[in-house]
Amino acid sequence: MSKLISPIIPLAALLLLSACEPGADGNDMAPYASRYQPLASQPTILKGATVLTGTGERLENADVVMRGGKIVAVGPDLDAGDMAVVDASGMWITPGVIDAHSHLGAYPSPGVDAHSDGNEATDPNTAQVWVEHSVWPQDPGFVAALEGGVTSLQILPGSANLFGGRGVTLKNVPGRNVMEMKFPDAPYGLKMACGENPKRVYGSQRRSPATRMGNVAGYRSAWIEAADYRMKRDNAASGKGEPPKRDLRLETLAGVLDGEILVHNHCYRADEMSVMFEIADEFDYKITAFHHGVEAYKIADLLREHDTCAAIWADWYGFKMEAFDGIRENAALLDRADTCTVMHSDSDMGIQRLHQESAKVMGAAAKVGIDIPPERAIRWISSNAAKALGIADVVGTLEAGKMADVTVWDGSPFSVYTKTQKVYIDGALVYDRNNPSGNPVTDFTLGTSAQHGGAQ
Amino acid sequence: MNTPIRVAGTLLALIAGSALAQTTAITGATVHTVGPAGTLENATIIIDGGRITNVGTNISIPAGATRIDASGKIITPGLFSPLGQIGLSEVGAVAGTNDSTQRGEDFAASFDVADAFNPRSIVVAISRIDGVTRAGLTPRASGPDELGNFSHVLSGLGTVVHLGDNPEHVVRHGAVVVANFGEAGSGVAGGSRAAAVQVLRAALDDALDYQRNKEAYDRGDWREYSVSRTDLNALQSVLDRSAAMLFNVNRASDISVVIQLAEEFNIRAIVAGGSEAWMVADRLAAASVPVILDGINNLPGNFDLVNARLDSASILVNAGVTVAFGASAQTHNARLLTQSAGISVANGLTWAQALEAITLAPARIYGVDGFLGSLETGKEADLVVWSADPLELTSYPDQVYIRGDPVSMQSRQTLLRDRYLQTESERPPAFRH
Repeated sequence: MSKLISPIIPLAALLLLSACEPGADGNDMAPYASRYQPLASQPTILKGATVLTGTGERLENADVVMRGGKIVAVGPDLDAGDMAVVDASGMWITPGVIDAHSHLGAYPSPGVDAHSDGNEATDPNTAQVWVEHSVWPQDPGFVAALEGGVTSLQILPGSANLFGGRGVTLKNVPGRNVMEMKFPDAPYGLKMACGENPKRVYGSQRRSPATRMGNVAGYRSAWIEAADYRMKRDNAASGKGEPPKRDLRLETLAGVLDGEILVHNHCYRADEMSVMFEIADEFDYKITAFHHGVEAYKIADLLREHDTCAAIWADWYGFKMEAFDGIRENAALLDRADTCTVMHSDSDMGIQRLHQESAKVMGAAAKVGIDIPPERAIRWISSNAAKALGIADVVGTLEAGKMADVTVWDGSPFSVYTKTQKVYIDGALVYDRNNPSGNPVTDFTLGTSAQHGGAQ
Repeated sequence: MNTPIRVAGTLLALIAGSALAQTTAITGATVHTVGPAGTLENATIIIDGGRITNVGTNISIPAGATRIDASGKIITPGLFSPLGQIGLSEVGAVAGTNDSTQRGEDFAASFDVADAFNPRSIVVAISRIDGVTRAGLTPRASGPDELGNFSHVLSGLGTVVHLGDNPEHVVRHGAVVVANFGEAGSGVAGGSRAAAVQVLRAALDDALDYQRNKEAYDRGDWREYSVSRTDLNALQSVLDRSAAMLFNVNRASDISVVIQLAEEFNIRAIVAGGSEAWMVADRLAAASVPVILDGINNLPGNFDLVNARLDSASILVNAGVTVAFGASAQTHNARLLTQSAGISVANGLTWAQALEAITLAPARIYGVDGFLGSLETGKEADLVVWSADPLELTSYPDQVYIRGDPVSMQSRQTLLRDRYLQTESERPPAFRH
């Protein structure tokens, strides 16, 4: 991956830079790199809880030890040593919830026109835009999601375009700007969209795409252009010819062909997802996840064979034609096939209760004899979501060495009566239901009677 | 995860044939009556002619009654979805399947969605197998069509229907007239929420004047009115309090205007939406104005909702306000009433209050609690049999009864599910049905 003269900032360099402390002049970091700094934390042991590790395991009466922002140990009767002790008996502990599909900050509350920053609906291919440049950190939805146990989330552009632009993964921490929220070293996503939305948006302007076949021609043309750009770039890197002029749109698409940017593909229908696999094969890229996938259950085997996740809702259906065949058992049938199943929100309401969305599926599955225990379902909103975002090596499970992103609940997260009690991000207590004065409140929420975070 | 499939069919088997029986006795369940009897353990419900003829413990079962053993089960009244467009909207984004709004000058208060209700809509079956037995159909305000026509501040008559198989679906025709205040009202009234109030006030003034001068008006010997004759007639039911006026309204100051108007015109008002209703809870209680609350919405989606919060229901109920859960955008997922109720329990309501908010309270708000909403002798037999706590999201009904009849527990979604539950077959899925 040596692309030192590549117009793309090499990922390795990003990794190195973002790991550095900001210099005195603050100028030694790559532009737009993560400037996230974990909040101060103290070594803490959470004692005596039911622990869903996110790996598929459930431990009873277990402890979770966090130190230096990392999970140090998980298991029964761990030595507290010299650290803060939190009695978590009767509580359930899970990895911090991860939402693979959110528009918080880009379509924030209040949802006024002036805040509509999620769809650059001016051309079917806007791979050049980065949604992070739309994210408004004062969206009250971030704090509401935190109360719902969400510690990381991917913000995606909307689905008006075939290529909507880059997505960004954030830590759900208050920041003055998006850089202070960016999940360190997380790969970028590229939002692509199938189906009704692009063809409606452009067809109504008498432009292509106006049909699904127009959609596919649009993807293929763009990949041909990107492959050509990439070839010229790589040739120039090895001394053959001039490098192409820098092009933000093609940099992103070439990043996908390089395997550095993950494809997140909004797609509802089984037949369309199948065609998208053909396109990915034709141009030799991977679809990391289909999003929404209301018909994913019809092709669970294809998804598994392609190692592609399905990030879906529990029960949305009927709001448009391509969502007509949505069923509540979608996630259950995918999970049964050992397909990477992710419960996503796409909603500032849904993100607050991804655990409840999962519960709906567990119940529907039980009705038809598919047993999905809590330790399995939690993967949909933790480790599987982390896999879809390309961050599973550092977060998404409660295992030693992982980031200490942890949610403590006052019961099973799959009960409608359960609420979060504490949320830790990199070992720091960011939300505590019993200590509102210590919780974040966005600028927008100040002075209102809404109760997000600490506001009263 | 290759668990063998067991379709839970015991109860279905038990009830086979009962639809034809004159009398049915459901025995052994824990029955949450939501009536004065409260919760009864090991109770019996007797159903005859579509109505509950007795409910209690140690009651005698008439000879010849079909007995259904519901031991270990939980029975609640049927759920009542007070807002939405079940049977008026098949696919949200397919215009031809949507009949809940109209634009232009022809109709305001009198626009009658009851004539568009389709009992064979997929949404009817999907809703009822999750326990929804009754629904309020509420017309919606709408922005401009291609000709620039808006809908009126008054978007029409709301009607209560049952979701059973009996072809006479209308339970209470024109139970409410829907009005739109706040941002929605501003949008259709010309750019200010104050204009929406004026438009409504003019319509009510005209309806009062029409009441007194009907003959002269019909002779063509009277002044022009701001709305049509059919609308003036529709508004008479609001003025004589046989129908309520249902206001889509969220901001506390707008709700205060509703309370004031209700007093001024002596009409029955209902607040729907009500994100900031909790801020004027005492005034709502004093004025006997009930609230149909979106139990989940806790973010400032617009500036009318800046003070939305999750414990609204508990604040309102504790102040003495009748609260039902419902959301006008929840047509396809009206079945999520139980989620709203469950979340409200996590935020201060008692379990019994939460169940009431999705059964008896909406019936009361629509003025149909005399024969619906609770499991009491004489009421229509809408009931839901559950295997576990109905408010838990992992719970689904085993069987639903509407007007005494067990409904088919099949929907388009269960058919799709069953087709794709199978994975091994020689021929494509199209051959599995």
